[in-house]
Amino acid sequence: MKTELRSNKDVWAGLMFFGTGAGAMWIARAYPLGTALNMGPGYFPMLLSGLLILVGLYIMLRGLRRSEAIEGSWSIRALILLPLSIVGFGVLMRHAGFVPALVALVLISAAAGREFKFKEALLLSFYLCVLSVAVFIWGLGLPYPLINKF
Amino acid sequence: MEMFQNILFGFSVALSIQNLLYCFLGCLLGTLIGVLPGIGPLATIAMLTPITFSLPPVGALIMLAGIYYGAQYGGSTTAILVNLPGETSAVVTCIDGYQMARQGRAGPALGIAAIGSFFAGTLCTLIIALFGPSIAELALEFGPAEYFSLMLMGLVTAAMLAQGDMSKSLAMVIVGLLLGMVGTDVNSGWRRFSFDIAELGDGIGFVVLAVGVFALGEIVANLGSAEKRTIFTSKVGALFPSKDDLRRSSGPILRGTLLGAFFGVLPGTGPSVASFSSYMVEKKVAKDPSRFGHGAIEGVAGPESANNADAQCKFIPMLTLGIPASGTMALMLGALMIHGIAPGPTVMTQKPDLFWGLIASMWVGNLMLVLLNLPLIGLWVSLLKVPYRMLFPAIIVFSSIGIFSINNSPFELYLAALFGLVGFVWMKFGCPPAPMLLGFVLGPMMEENLRRALLLSRGDPMVFVTQPISLGFLIATVLIAVTMLLPALRKRRGAITD
Repeated sequence: MKTELRSNKDVWAGLMFFGTGAGAMWIARAYPLGTALNMGPGYFPMLLSGLLILVGLYIMLRGLRRSEAIEGSWSIRALILLPLSIVGFGVLMRHAGFVPALVALVLISAAAGREFKFKEALLLSFYLCVLSVAVFIWGLGLPYPLINKF
Repeated sequence: MEMFQNILFGFSVALSIQNLLYCFLGCLLGTLIGVLPGIGPLATIAMLTPITFSLPPVGALIMLAGIYYGAQYGGSTTAILVNLPGETSAVVTCIDGYQMARQGRAGPALGIAAIGSFFAGTLCTLIIALFGPSIAELALEFGPAEYFSLMLMGLVTAAMLAQGDMSKSLAMVIVGLLLGMVGTDVNSGWRRFSFDIAELGDGIGFVVLAVGVFALGEIVANLGSAEKRTIFTSKVGALFPSKDDLRRSSGPILRGTLLGAFFGVLPGTGPSVASFSSYMVEKKVAKDPSRFGHGAIEGVAGPESANNADAQCKFIPMLTLGIPASGTMALMLGALMIHGIAPGPTVMTQKPDLFWGLIASMWVGNLMLVLLNLPLIGLWVSLLKVPYRMLFPAIIVFSSIGIFSINNSPFELYLAALFGLVGFVWMKFGCPPAPMLLGFVLGPMMEENLRRALLLSRGDPMVFVTQPISLGFLIATVLIAVTMLLPALRKRRGAITD
């Protein structure tokens, strides 16, 4: 079965492993190798990245002969919004406090779904805020201010 | 006699009010989240691990263990009711369990799953108590060469027996080992792969990695595919199986438990291997194999007992050798280390309350699942009706708070978001992430043991072959690899997992 190169699962996977191995090896070249008797910090990483490059090449070559296609869509919307919501939570936790960070987290992450309804998400953020404050702040005693004073 | 004393001591620990509460909370939370679609036991444990950091070590481990089999149990509930396996080992349960539910026999299917799991749990508690101490004693003799070979065996079997592509699993193991290298090298003080980021000096936190890849990555993947869920249970019906059901199931439960216990102690084999082989065995020995796939109770009883036995016996290598035999055990081991307990054969002698208390609590937890969770099935079913668009933000909220609370710093969150993306790409390319987690936890230990072994042998790599126990592990590794690569077996394996 021939698969188009663009959606060839194994070629991409092999390429990814090859790249990871090569990148790790390039970084690890700065670490002293040492000898087998006295392994330096570079010994094991070099060994591993070399192995990864080989396995990656094998997967890639095998994929050129025969492979499956990548299934499903890439859901770009979720791919952008979900990590963004988590990063936003981190930033707001530091600068705005627990409650605003949570509200933003729920609203942005909910927007990553296909059937996003703003009113519903707002209600959900309210419930999750109440629950989280009760469990984490009052229950487990985590030391976060609910809202920062500006 | 000593064994009974030990078990009694274990119960005295497990039955303290405090630990009973942790056990109950763990089972409840585990089931709750295990039932929710799109989040498996691994992600569940990863997400809830930070909550246990503030507990005493014994309580934390008891609660984590409760979450573990609670989640497993929740997974089989959804398999039966919604035809949606919570994890790979529940795939088999879907086949006949869902058919039973369609015939209006969801109750007995759930009941027999709980009874089988309880029986398996009881027997395996005894097995651990019986063999655990002698394995730990043997392990005290292990030097660095033996440990290195043992870990190698675990990683190779994990790659060979993981669901899906062998070479990709192997590559994922290596990726995990490399991720384990991140941070300050204990011997030389070199900061490896840390990109001059101060926070990476201590390495990547295992909770961050696990939550990122398993919880967040899965959510991104789920949002990409359209939601399809049909709940087929207006009525669960009577839970208790009939006399005929029990008679039919007793054989499968016993065989499943033994199979599961066998696969359980083998490092690297996931619970799916146990449940798949149990299903195959039951189909072989059945008088009328054609009933399978159309709601045969044997097809639920056997695999469910097998995967619970496997889950329980996975604790043997973790507690006695300090070697995780599965992704979830890698998480447990990580939790153990966070509580300042060095894993290995000395845990049993230095922390007897932890070892025996945990074992006794497993039995208590299994009993709780039968007595408390079974009556709550109505509640779990109603949970299933909550649409995913409401569920996933909640999962994200709990994951994010958990990750933030590790160091009270946003850095871990950024890292988790990154691993969420990476995990999604891995899933897209068909690379199983569980072997990666195993490699990640074993990485630093493997390097250390390799270094020590070579140091003791004056740089001679033959040390791994000249030491008899180490040689034994290496031969076993080669045997497993060769058998899995045999074309005939490969074909059969494909037939089972497809």
